[in-house]
Amino acid sequence: MAARRVGVLALQGSYRRHAETCARLGASVIEVRTPADLAEVDALVLPGGESTTMSRLLDTSGLREPVAARLAEGMAAFGTCAGMILLAEDVADGRADQRSFGAIDLGVRRNAYGRQLDSFVAELDVTGLDGGPFHGVFIRAPMVERVGPGVTVLASHDDRPVLLRSGTVAVAAFHPELAHDDRVHDWFLQEVC
Amino acid sequence: MSEQMNDRRRGTFEVKRGLAENLKGGVIMDVVTADQARIAEDAGATAVMALERVPADIRVQGGVARMSDPDMIEGIKAAVTIPVMAKARIGHFVEAQILQSLGVDFIDESEVLTPADEAHHIDKFAFATPVVCGATNLGEALRRISEGAALIRSKGEAGTGNIVEAVRHLRSIIGDVRRIGQADAAELFDWAKRLQAPLPLVQEVAETGWLPVPLFCAGGVATPADAALVMQLGAEAVFVGSGIFKSGDPVKRAKAIVEATTHFADADILAKVSRGLGEAMTGIGMDDVTLKLADRGW
Repeated sequence: MAARRVGVLALQGSYRRHAETCARLGASVIEVRTPADLAEVDALVLPGGESTTMSRLLDTSGLREPVAARLAEGMAAFGTCAGMILLAEDVADGRADQRSFGAIDLGVRRNAYGRQLDSFVAELDVTGLDGGPFHGVFIRAPMVERVGPGVTVLASHDDRPVLLRSGTVAVAAFHPELAHDDRVHDWFLQEVC
Repeated sequence: MSEQMNDRRRGTFEVKRGLAENLKGGVIMDVVTADQARIAEDAGATAVMALERVPADIRVQGGVARMSDPDMIEGIKAAVTIPVMAKARIGHFVEAQILQSLGVDFIDESEVLTPADEAHHIDKFAFATPVVCGATNLGEALRRISEGAALIRSKGEAGTGNIVEAVRHLRSIIGDVRRIGQADAAELFDWAKRLQAPLPLVQEVAETGWLPVPLFCAGGVATPADAALVMQLGAEAVFVGSGIFKSGDPVKRAKAIVEATTHFADADILAKVSRGLGEAMTGIGMDDVTLKLADRGW
């Protein structure tokens, strides 16, 4: 794998599950809460959680600018659910003060699948993933509404893209860290990083 | 609706637990008005708990504490984009049905409200909306999980601004999880008997080294240091009830508690965010607590 030291943005959300999964796959994992933590990593996973909370904590922790700079330099990144919102170019239905990195040319709408009663699981066919469908856990998930040129769709559900990649940046509308299946993380570490 | 839409499975235990996973590492704040809900969201809350009176006021005013007015809950839902929780009385499954009908994201079957049933908790498997329950020890936690709770929180002693009870509950729950991890197969039968908890759940704790659902802290958090204390003890997120809006400067304190919950192990950041917060809620010593809410629930 290209990334030896994988950071998991640990400001809020399901970051431990990501860390456990990456560690199981042989990566050396660092929880990233400060610019000093970020300097130690080759790639960054942005977990699911509340994007408004994480956006605020990116500012207070001083991570906003360094993460943006590393992404501009081509650091590999994988955003799931809220992490996808943070990496996207355009965000609809976010808070006015909520900012994203624009690291992948996507338009996403926050909570577009509905409230918690509309959260769901569904089996996904993922291009290039051996071993059958992947268990997709969608929790108050963001919806991809626009896919820019150069972005590859690897899985869709109900005609909406849910797993995408552009260069060294990958995003999922669902939570692979909650699937009890390491294949999507393995793909990120082997293919995207 | 296309045929594909039907492959969505909603309201399963995994989906309910999934929202609890999303809330980890964050702060859930009690709010009684839409304005407070907006302040909470601005400060970085991961969710708000909509209720009519915070626990500190319920203590002072007394009387029967019930589910909030649906209009009030709808108002808070309309005010914020983050998940909204609301409380039902212990055993009051009709209040829970109403909260599910309102589309709240999480139901708290809460000892802060006056219990409606002295023997039975709500059958939480009957709901597509996830339900969180309080616990003072591991047996209570596993009984609530066996009834379908998707999240456990310590009870602490709500409305006191005193962290001592939450610490007691977390140490009890997490201490027993560690001890069960050391037990052999035969000893697990005894653990199940002593905890009055289902054996399969005790075996799951032994195997995984943790509860089958996330464990958050509630009850008595009043300062950033309180939040960091319970996170260091092993809580995975923090509920703050009266501690924010009963303090001198709610906006500043709310932001500080959010930062302290993220940077819970970094004393330099904790020192920074603890400065100049104004007055904390006054608080009550346990000897002066006449109504112990944590004793509610069975």
